[in-house]
Amino acid sequence: MINILSSILILAGVFFYLAGSIGLLRLPDLYSRLHALTKADNLGLGLLIAGVALQSQDLLIMLKLLLVWLSVLAASATSAHLIARQARRQETGS
Amino acid sequence: MNSAGLIVFDALLLLSIVGLAWASLATTDVRRSIILFMALGLVLAVAWGRLLAPDVALAEAAIGAGLSGALLLAAAHGQPSPLPPESTNAPRNHGAAGMGMVLRWAITLLCAALAGTLVWALLHAFSNPQHDMLPRAISANLAASGVSNPVTAVLLNFRAYDTLLELAVLLTAVLGTFALGQATPGYRPAGLVFDGLVRWLVPVLILTAGYLLWAGAHAPGGAFQAGATLAAAGVVLRLAGRTRIGLPVGFMLRMIMAAGVGVFLLVGLTLLLLGRPFLGYPPAWAGSLILMIETAAMFSIAATLLLAFLGGQPESTDVNAVANRQREEDPRC
Amino acid sequence: MTELFMLSALGLMLSLFLGLLRVLLGPGIGDRMLATQLIGTSGVGMLLLFNEVFNQPALLDVALLLALLAAVAAAAFTGQQKTHHD
Repeated sequence: MINILSSILILAGVFFYLAGSIGLLRLPDLYSRLHALTKADNLGLGLLIAGVALQSQDLLIMLKLLLVWLSVLAASATSAHLIARQARRQETGS
Repeated sequence: MNSAGLIVFDALLLLSIVGLAWASLATTDVRRSIILFMALGLVLAVAWGRLLAPDVALAEAAIGAGLSGALLLAAAHGQPSPLPPESTNAPRNHGAAGMGMVLRWAITLLCAALAGTLVWALLHAFSNPQHDMLPRAISANLAASGVSNPVTAVLLNFRAYDTLLELAVLLTAVLGTFALGQATPGYRPAGLVFDGLVRWLVPVLILTAGYLLWAGAHAPGGAFQAGATLAAAGVVLRLAGRTRIGLPVGFMLRMIMAAGVGVFLLVGLTLLLLGRPFLGYPPAWAGSLILMIETAAMFSIAATLLLAFLGGQPESTDVNAVANRQREEDPRC
Repeated sequence: MTELFMLSALGLMLSLFLGLLRVLLGPGIGDRMLATQLIGTSGVGMLLLFNEVFNQPALLDVALLLALLAAVAAAAFTGQQKTHHD
């Protein structure tokens, strides 16, 4: 039962990764690419980590996995903001 | 399916490593080259993980993927902007073009010779029936080393000389950084979003550094990985525009810079005085001695990397001095 | 389960490869930074899967370090300016 649930979560995670990277490649400009990337970072890794965490019996490992996800969440949100701000500055020429 | 999947995976991994390495060397734009180099570091960390060498993967993740981008960018910042590609590519006269051609071929041949030697050495090592002699010797003596992680046992006990000299090299490098004079000016205070990240990222980085140092005795980790992580905390603080980035000034800073080599030598010389070989720890004491040396080394490595990021001696953190300098720069206030 | 982990790792490798194309194509610094971010996140995912496939818990630490340092690089490249311009 746990194996099935974990498989579904991991495969869904990989789906979001692929969707995000195809978006990063296909979408026309930086701002829409930003939007695509956050799907891979947040949902893709989140679902993958949920699937992997179900497989481990150790609470400590689960907490570490959670920390990995939270770090990536915060880092991707912050860098998305920084990248978008820099692009906007260059556009407005200030 | 399993092994076929692995082969496809490895092929893609290899292709991306070679592609990124080529691209980062081939581009003429410095910032682009640095980004490509960082991406290469990320892929290399994954590759070391795939090769089941987590010790190297940790070092590559901390230094190759995280710190080196910031270090290289800080170094590139002080450089004059490069010439546009057309003018650098266009030969001024035929003599210079000929020389360039000769030089290019010479470098290509040298690289090919180096690669050939490496392939030969690797093939030779694996065809030798006794190529697993060293790993066996290490696992046979691991119990006497004071730690249970074989990599740490080699670095800090069986071949402690090597690590001592590596730390001495780092000390020499930091002396070179000091010779550059005052550090470049700091960064503007960060915006709200980045500042919010800094508030929790720095404590987590410091905690992770401590964890890696402690884990080094029984699992992958150790002074180099921990030192790089600690340095990353300082880099984040500086990027966020803080004036205090955790580096002490004056005498204390010099003590920390020399701590790695100093403690190492002190342990070695004390053992000599007690009638043991240089750095030949008594097995009962080995674990604590190694932890002591590694702790000192971690602080030295972190200080060295952070000073390299500053690019010189740190500016005074004295509030009055900073205020005075700002007044000189901006006559309006 | 091992087969599924391996298949997923292959999927992530494909995602990394697509990100690689964006890093090489650019055109702006921002685009390349974004793609580097994707490569990093794919790497974190792969390391987590390898941790299960090869039973190497230390790979979790590598993934954690990659995740923690992801923001450092982006901050170094964007937005942060020196106190005075030359």
